[in-house]
Amino acid sequence: MPYFKRTALAITLVAASLTGALFAATSSAQGNSGDATIKEIEKYRQALGDGNPAELWEARGEVIWKKPRGPRNVSFELCDIGLGPGKVKGAYAVLPKYFADTDKVEDLESRLVTCMVMLQGFKYEDAMKSPFGSPERKSDIEALVAFVTAESRGLKMNVIGNHPKEKEAFDIGKAMFFHRGGPHDFGCVTCHGADKQRIRLQDLPNLTNKQQAQRAYTSWPAYRVSQGEVRSFQWRLFDCFRQQRFPELEFTSQGSIALTTYLAKNANGGVLSAPSIKR
Amino acid sequence: MKNIQFTSLSIAVFAASISTGVAADSVKTTQAEIVMKASFKDRGQAKVDRLNQDETQRLCSQYPDNRPKEIAKRIEAINLKLMKYPADGKLLGDWKEGEKIAQSGVGKQFSDDPAQPAGGNCYACHQLTKEEISFGNIGPSLYNYGKLRGNTDAIQKYTFGKIYNAEAYSACSNMPRFGHNGILTEAQIKNVTALLLDPDSPVNK
Ligand code: HEC
Ligand code: HEC
Repeated sequence: MPYFKRTALAITLVAASLTGALFAATSSAQGNSGDATIKEIEKYRQALGDGNPAELWEARGEVIWKKPRGPRNVSFELCDIGLGPGKVKGAYAVLPKYFADTDKVEDLESRLVTCMVMLQGFKYEDAMKSPFGSPERKSDIEALVAFVTAESRGLKMNVIGNHPKEKEAFDIGKAMFFHRGGPHDFGCVTCHGADKQRIRLQDLPNLTNKQQAQRAYTSWPAYRVSQGEVRSFQWRLFDCFRQQRFPELEFTSQGSIALTTYLAKNANGGVLSAPSIKR
Repeated sequence: MKNIQFTSLSIAVFAASISTGVAADSVKTTQAEIVMKASFKDRGQAKVDRLNQDETQRLCSQYPDNRPKEIAKRIEAINLKLMKYPADGKLLGDWKEGEKIAQSGVGKQFSDDPAQPAGGNCYACHQLTKEEISFGNIGPSLYNYGKLRGNTDAIQKYTFGKIYNAEAYSACSNMPRFGHNGILTEAQIKNVTALLLDPDSPVNK
């Protein structure tokens, strides 16, 4: 049960650093004394912000990006991830978007897979093999994601979304956000539909609020201290669906891209700070 | 490759529903449902059939807010009808066991072992005791719940019922239907009911 362990570890981490301050704040309280708690968690976040191991992933990603690979021995430098072949800077800010060559709306992760297959000649199964890394098996995709997104740091999210398929993806993503189901009746909206909500001590962004949606989206991908890995936005969705008690969200599936489209477009105008660092 | 197929399928269904004159909203829902089903796979105990919604889930998804009164009443009525109280008439169990259940966040995730009993994870959303400072706030504080409400038969019945099926009392509550959806057993619900109502429970200290 690796997930359970990680969660427990993460909670211990936060708890350990906060117990002193929190105890004073909450022990006298009758109700929910959210504000003091949130402030303490924020301090902890800022402390984590100095020096980000995500740089290692960014550097590894850059090497992979520039290296000729696959049966056709071509580098990603001919790959169009949104602004034309080889253009990396600013590309993450316009994703997900419609691509004529596949006649699909694609996000960064799915586009990387597309280029591995169409450009570099990898088998689809091989390109899909390890979307999320572990200490034993690092993921090329996560490294590439770190490199590409870092090149858009400081830029504003700018998803256009006028193509009919982009509109369709947005609408499907929106329906998915509000879809409640499973044994717990949870939907994204259960945990991310109101301000200042917390699960235990973790604050939950209200993703139906513009500023909070911007702040959440633009801080992913992120280096997770509790996992020692850089995690992509696809991983974020995969893991929230796990907590939602849903089955496994398939990597690069139409639904995952649709939900990403909904969240990315709602974050328009927000300044990208990814890869960031999270507990 | 799979994705491309499903897109055209969903468009076909989309077109079909327009021609039969289904309202725009439900068309979108249908299309989204098709895409969702194609986008998840079974993993461990979490099978794709979990995406199927009962009427309560469907209505709550359709009306996340500004829900018409009739809809809210209908949801509460459906759920109240399905309420099951213990055959032995006893609603209170052991609060100490209840505290363990309230602490445990295990259960029903694909990363959980289905052989282990699920927890209630009440602390994820509620303050319950003074001792536990790591609590969430999606639900109201339940600290001193029994002390404030009393431990009458009516309160016992309401509390057991609320935990068994929260939707029976407030439509589209964010609280899971622990008994109705088979997350907790009847015995476990008795234990958490005792955690809230037993005068010896730390909830009421
Ligand atoms: C049962 C609770 C729960 C549900 C349901 C849930 N999430 Fe989350 N979500 C969390 C928690 C807890 C965190 C914070 C995680 C952490 O810090 O480890 C989080 C974090 C996030 C973040 C990152 C926020 C940030 O600022 O880092 C995003 C984006 C997100 N969730 C989106 C979603 C979407 C989309 C869905 C529906 C598919 C969803 N969540 C469903 C609990 C949930
Ligand atoms: C995911 C969030 C969540 C979880 C987990 C949860 N609750 Fe709740 N609970 C709520 C919300 C939201 C409300 C308020 C809305 C309502 O009444 O349904 C609530 C209300 C209640 C009430 C009614 C309070 C009143 O004043 O009438 C009781 C009793 C209660 N919860 C007990 C529990 C117990 C016991 C558990 C664990 C077995 C639990 N809850 C788990 C969210 C949650």
